[in-house]
Amino acid sequence: MKRFSYHRADSVADAVQALCATPDARIVAGGTNLVDLMKYGVETPSALVDVTRIAALNGIDDTDEGGLRIGALVPNRTVAEDARVTTRFPLLASAILAGATPQLRNAATTGGNLNQRTRCYYFYDTKTPCNKREPGSGCPAIGGVNRIHAILGASEHCIATHPSDMCVALAALGAEVRVEGPNGARRIPFADYHRLPGDAPERDNTLQPGEIVEAVLLPPEAEAFAGHHSYLKLRDRLSYAFALVSVAGALDIREGRIVAARLALGGVAHKPWRREEAEAALVGSPADEAAFAAAATHLLEGARGHEHNTFKIELARRAILRALGQAAAGTPQSQTDKRIA
Amino acid sequence: MSEHAVAGTQTVPIQITLNGEPRSLSVSPVTTLLDLLRNHLDLTGTKKGCDHGQCGACTVLIDGQRFNSCLQLAVMQDGKAITTIEGLAQDGRLHPLQAAFIEHDAFQCGYCTPGQICSAVALIEEGRATSREEIREFMSGNLCRCGAYTNIVDAIEDVAVRRRQPLQEAAE
Repeated sequence: MKRFSYHRADSVADAVQALCATPDARIVAGGTNLVDLMKYGVETPSALVDVTRIAALNGIDDTDEGGLRIGALVPNRTVAEDARVTTRFPLLASAILAGATPQLRNAATTGGNLNQRTRCYYFYDTKTPCNKREPGSGCPAIGGVNRIHAILGASEHCIATHPSDMCVALAALGAEVRVEGPNGARRIPFADYHRLPGDAPERDNTLQPGEIVEAVLLPPEAEAFAGHHSYLKLRDRLSYAFALVSVAGALDIREGRIVAARLALGGVAHKPWRREEAEAALVGSPADEAAFAAAATHLLEGARGHEHNTFKIELARRAILRALGQAAAGTPQSQTDKRIA
Repeated sequence: MSEHAVAGTQTVPIQITLNGEPRSLSVSPVTTLLDLLRNHLDLTGTKKGCDHGQCGACTVLIDGQRFNSCLQLAVMQDGKAITTIEGLAQDGRLHPLQAAFIEHDAFQCGYCTPGQICSAVALIEEGRATSREEIREFMSGNLCRCGAYTNIVDAIEDVAVRRRQPLQEAAE
């Protein structure tokens, strides 16, 4: 690891100030991704700003709007086990348990999960070019080994995927990200937090210089999906692997008809993949396979495979049908018993 | 800047409780907890496997919870209580999981074993060892290249079941 200076921030303002003073500084909390990237030489910050002692970034609290605020420092396991989360937003708890390992979920924080980098092999290998790591150097994943790469929203500059499971659930639930920076605080709709690679794949998200994630906000209306949801994750081994395809499905079914629907995919794009047309196709229909298939068609429109991942298009279609079926039946995918019912 | 702002070449004073003993140390920001334990404190029971959080051989308990020590910076452990495999036995008596791993032959080469045992101690505390399926899933962060998984699950299940029995008898 390259040497770095260390600053233990005692307030959000202090952390923001430290970030502004040293533009290549990085925020460190759980360290599960950043420390690893530093060992590989992918990240070489001159300074780390330790935010783990900032009380204002902690806690899970009810909001005035009737939703939940999850502080940026709250570890994944704490979120997944919180009774308010498991009863009101069980899709989020399930998605978290689908990811990583118990050790990593103890360390990994809510804010860090949002800001983790892609696991593209070429991004990690500093001996190969990578437009995300070194803008303008090229993308060897295009035409290279690309089994885990994007089938939607990619560009000629980058076909990396966002690796998070938690973020797929947050996208489906319509969360917001509260950030603080040199110009004050602002709230970013989850769909606008991560970005597609376009011609600037080095930018994963829309955070501005000096800004840090303060909390994630869950809206009260997303509680309507607590009865009908499923997070289905398909991967190369049953546990502790990143998604080839994952589906967060959530339905609000009344008198046999879908009155509201949420559908997001993981493992297929540079950000959690959600389209309003797909959800609109479900609303007003009975919760049956015809409606699910129409939603899948909308969500996967324009999907394009590469040498090793074209199978993901059909896999995603089938996974959408299965996850929405599980959601409709009120039998969400277990993250312990991995048999797919 | 707070008092804890140092340049990369300096060291930072930290105080930790290590296997029950208070320790005052001075660490470089770049040192991981794993390297602090093994290279600076001669506690070599905690193993370095992949050094990237993928194998679990370096698992230790921090304030009672399990973590990959290879991904933890030592400088960030100020004020924490750390327990390694060396700290599990009490008064010369093996921890029940250590005894169970021996009884069930839950290892072959033994390199992953300290991490497996520390992980399992936390697993049982988490209340997540209620079935073999659950033990397998919630031990997924600990790899065993010899493939002793079946016996590892046996050992953990044995201790978890014995831990629950007195509670059940008390309830009846």
